[in-house]
Amino acid sequence: MRERQAPATIRRLLVANRGEIASRVIRTAREMDIATVAVFSDADADAPFIHEADQAVRLPGRAPADTYLRGDLVIEAALRTGADAIHPGYGFLSENADFARACAESGLIFVGPPPEVIDAMGSKIAAKELMAAAGVPVLPGITIDDHADLDAAALSRRVAAEIGFPVLVKAAYGGGGRGMRVVRSEAELLEAVTSARREAKSAFGDGTVFLERYVDSPRHIEVQIFGDWHGNLVHLFERECSIQRRYQKIIEEAPSPAVDDTLREELGRAAVAAGKAIGYVGAGTVEFILEADGRFSFLEVNTRLQVEHPVTEMITGLDLVRLQLLVAEGRPLPEEVLNARISGHAVEARLYAEDVTAGFLPATGRVHHFTVPDLPGVRVDAGIQASGEVSVHYDPMIAKIIAHGSTRDEACRRLARALDETRLHGVVSNRELLIGILREPEFRAGRIDTGYLTRHDPAALAASREDPAAVAVHALAAALAGQAERRSRSSVLSTLPSGWRNVDNGPQFTTFQVAGSATGGIEVRYRLRPHGGLDAEVAGVPMGDTVLRSATPNRVDLEIDGVRRVITVHSVDGVFYVDSSLGSTTLQEIPRFPEPDPQTIPGSLLAPMPGTVVRIAAQPGDFVEAGSPIVVLEAMKMEHSVSAPSAGRVTEIGVSVGRQVEVGTVLAVVEEHPTEERA
Amino acid sequence: MLRSTLDVTSEAYRKNRAALLAALAELEEQLDLVRSGGGPKYTERHRARGRLLVRERLELLLDRDTPFLELSPLAAWGTEFTVGASILTGIGVVSGCECVIIAHDPTVRGGAMNPYTLRKNLRALEIAKTNRLPVIYLVESGGADLPTQSELFVEAGQIFRRLTEMSGLGIPSIALVFGNATAGGAYVPGMCDYTVMVDRQAKVFLGGPPLVKMATGEDADDEELGGADMHSRVSGLADYFAVDERDCIRIGRQIVSELNWRKLGPGPTRPADPPLYDPDELLGIAPADFRVPVDPREILARVVDGSRFGEYKPRYGTSLVTGWASIHGFPVGILANARGVLFSEEAKKATEFILLANQTDTPLIFLQNTTGFMVGKDYEQGGIIKDGAKMINAVTNSTVPHITINIGASFGAGNYGMSGRAFSPRFMFAWVNAKLAVMGAQQLAGVLSIVGRQAAQAAGREFDVEADERRRKQIEEQIERESHAFFVTARLYDDGVIDPRDTRTVLGIALSAVHSQTVEGRRGFGVFRM
Repeated sequence: MRERQAPATIRRLLVANRGEIASRVIRTAREMDIATVAVFSDADADAPFIHEADQAVRLPGRAPADTYLRGDLVIEAALRTGADAIHPGYGFLSENADFARACAESGLIFVGPPPEVIDAMGSKIAAKELMAAAGVPVLPGITIDDHADLDAAALSRRVAAEIGFPVLVKAAYGGGGRGMRVVRSEAELLEAVTSARREAKSAFGDGTVFLERYVDSPRHIEVQIFGDWHGNLVHLFERECSIQRRYQKIIEEAPSPAVDDTLREELGRAAVAAGKAIGYVGAGTVEFILEADGRFSFLEVNTRLQVEHPVTEMITGLDLVRLQLLVAEGRPLPEEVLNARISGHAVEARLYAEDVTAGFLPATGRVHHFTVPDLPGVRVDAGIQASGEVSVHYDPMIAKIIAHGSTRDEACRRLARALDETRLHGVVSNRELLIGILREPEFRAGRIDTGYLTRHDPAALAASREDPAAVAVHALAAALAGQAERRSRSSVLSTLPSGWRNVDNGPQFTTFQVAGSATGGIEVRYRLRPHGGLDAEVAGVPMGDTVLRSATPNRVDLEIDGVRRVITVHSVDGVFYVDSSLGSTTLQEIPRFPEPDPQTIPGSLLAPMPGTVVRIAAQPGDFVEAGSPIVVLEAMKMEHSVSAPSAGRVTEIGVSVGRQVEVGTVLAVVEEHPTEERA
Repeated sequence: MLRSTLDVTSEAYRKNRAALLAALAELEEQLDLVRSGGGPKYTERHRARGRLLVRERLELLLDRDTPFLELSPLAAWGTEFTVGASILTGIGVVSGCECVIIAHDPTVRGGAMNPYTLRKNLRALEIAKTNRLPVIYLVESGGADLPTQSELFVEAGQIFRRLTEMSGLGIPSIALVFGNATAGGAYVPGMCDYTVMVDRQAKVFLGGPPLVKMATGEDADDEELGGADMHSRVSGLADYFAVDERDCIRIGRQIVSELNWRKLGPGPTRPADPPLYDPDELLGIAPADFRVPVDPREILARVVDGSRFGEYKPRYGTSLVTGWASIHGFPVGILANARGVLFSEEAKKATEFILLANQTDTPLIFLQNTTGFMVGKDYEQGGIIKDGAKMINAVTNSTVPHITINIGASFGAGNYGMSGRAFSPRFMFAWVNAKLAVMGAQQLAGVLSIVGRQAAQAAGREFDVEADERRRKQIEEQIERESHAFFVTARLYDDGVIDPRDTRTVLGIALSAVHSQTVEGRRGFGVFRM
């Protein structure tokens, strides 16, 4: 049993995090009559969590390194506002032992395990050694610390001898899959280690990386553990997080369909052993990989609350944040934790702002509208309310939507429907992919592993809900809603029939482009007649027998060939977000009168997203091959190369390293110049 | 509230409806011709030059989904000139502002002006001036139709005079020049307050290269003499340079949005709920034969807001229905003939009603269906001329806006009393079934026959009955033809032939237009009780 000072009562809690987890922690704190203090960066100045807290302290700046990672400022904020404890959430300072120590030195309770536990687990390498010693199964691995010189040949020899390819390279500190790379041959090794190091350094401040045997497509199983200061250490069953893209979990569930009672007991025993080996206190997660043959190996211990903790809460009925706070106060784990039981099944989907078809390119922008239907068993943990900003500075997760049911099937159905009826306007999201997965038979049969999204084309899954008629019907609805909007806004003749002519000059028309699509415009032609009569044509195809029951700027009640649907439309600055039972479509209206703009020079490379220029890989005058990276941008903590579209000569570099760029900024100009023509 | 007693299964209803549908089909046939402009060959040639057709320009210019009331579409019908008279005019909404739009159709003889074009153009300018509506010209015209210059040249100067007068009154004018505006035509962009020219299309000069060569020996090309680039950089005649037609229309819309335009009359003040009865039924109500009287309340029940009508003097002078209502929220006074003939009572009732409307600044709607003032010994002796004169006096000196629609017949002095064209109503329309003449064709032929017989008698000649019959028939046919709605509208005696079902909409647009100007009745004396 660990020693600890006499139990204290937390009266005011500072939440050193942002977004949905800040809101989540504040919610429980309020239920426990604990006052809350939020901290916020300038980029989050309008975020809802600020107002959910009783007070909030500004952390000047936008970058995490200037704000949420600044332990000193966070502690100062806590002292200034009279807080007696700090909850770090996940990410940021949650696994920073120095910060935990500094809290203690300032007389603040750090809601998390003791610093030495964090230290022990913070290094994945040390953690693994510790676990191996405690008899927990582990994978072979090698550590390369921050300052070590990299010798490609020596490194390759070591890997071949101690691990064997394929090898997984990842940051030793921090989590979330950042900087992870699979290396299948010696040739790729050095580059992978170098860039993993760079990303680790920028994200976590420590460039130490870690190599280990890479298991192709295992299942990712993790066990929730909880310890207190009174010698109790229990596990709260497993979660399965095998559905991942780019090593980021997107669908998690509890319990795992691959774990039976026997395996659950084994995993639990290993997890508790792991916890005991380090004297774990508070909420922690022991991650394992589970291979097809049933072998499991220790991966790491996360000494914090996990993003996916709600699925555990929903099957156990426990509030893990409440337990964290009770433990932090020095109280023993309550009875219901010691005798926790699984009830039903819970599945969580992470709704990310990202473009699935563009290789999960992170998206940013303003969410104009966000609602999740109120269905039984559905919980929403969101960082935004009805609207909000997905900023370039942080993780692009918009919300977690969790559904509970008595069976896995029921939970999946509820979650799929909740996502289906979710309205999300303003940013591209992975919603269609999530729905596609939740309805896909292999997933539903529980046959999942981390290779699931390699086997199943994400773009195809995302397209699976799409009704072929959706775009045409939605384009018509958008045109009619736009029409209603213009008529309602009209200051003269506003009560007269829409588009009336005594001498007919043909229908009214609107041209749209499906957002994110390179296909040409879709022209909608319509003519309204008395008594709901409507002649309509979309992209030259007549829409059949149509009756317009009603049209307002936000709602179109339309009957086509005897089938009546209500279609909701929401438009912001010429972008129409259309939702109906046919699906969701985002349409950009093509303006009638384009401002005569100076044309961009052919061969211009435009920034595909807002971000910061981190590297420039070519100079003016350079000859480059098609696909050569020219400018590297960092956005959403990930690097994106902007490459030459064709072989040619760089005639202009429009940016410099460190510059923030907006979408569409001209980064460089590459003059097309076929290779054979070079003298 | 009006209650309809219409029987849609009656013989009369069915006959009227069939006749009206046939007349509307004829109208549509003519409108097809109007739309086709100079025909497929010239349309194609115009398109091949990468230019928009006049109706495409119009549709781009107008605010989307707003209504557009085209004026005098059948001008020049039945004449040697193309129906529509190579020009398009109408009232539409541009950047939230109701404007008069005047657009040349360059596919019809290069948009050249003939005597009907001129009348249509001048009428549109008159509407703009009296109702205080900004004017937008879409210019592309080769100038005057030279063979008819004698009927054109002198009067055409009015176009420029009126534009300038309007400018002086604070009514803006905008010329969007898409093509030729040469010689006299150059004064349209010249006299407008704002001018936009399309690059490599606009040609605005007094004399083209051949004329200049002849006159002075100078060699100069079109662009130097009158291109958009030159006019926007050098002469300054073009205030704005447009890269193409769309850009020109965009700039035109921008200019209107910056006019800081305010209408002087009040906006709609009453609920604009639709009538309780279906306007479609007007087709069965409209009189196919003007000799069959129509109860105008059945029409009003399908035209006015919520079918609400407050009838004035319902028990007196019952051949004329008068009362108050609103259309698209604008309060109006309505005078409608109930049984064709106007007697002294009707004339006096109308006079009082017109004075009342002037006292309350309420616009008046005249629904004409009249065969004229009553004749006969008793009526003449009863002073029907004096009573008719009262009504004509009141109509003439009334200063509230008048809008007149001929729904069946407009004959004799009834046409004058019911605010006919000569009394300058702000707008005047005719239902497709309507007839207009000094009197009915049969009656007129009969009168001529009697006069002929009397003349023969007086001269002691023998009256040739057979010749009289032939002549009578001939005259009847001539008058029948000349009283036809198309014949009347072709000569700009009204602002267009309309589908009866559109009456409420047409009145709504017209009423809104008249409220761009102040709406003020005649003051200075009280209401005379007749």
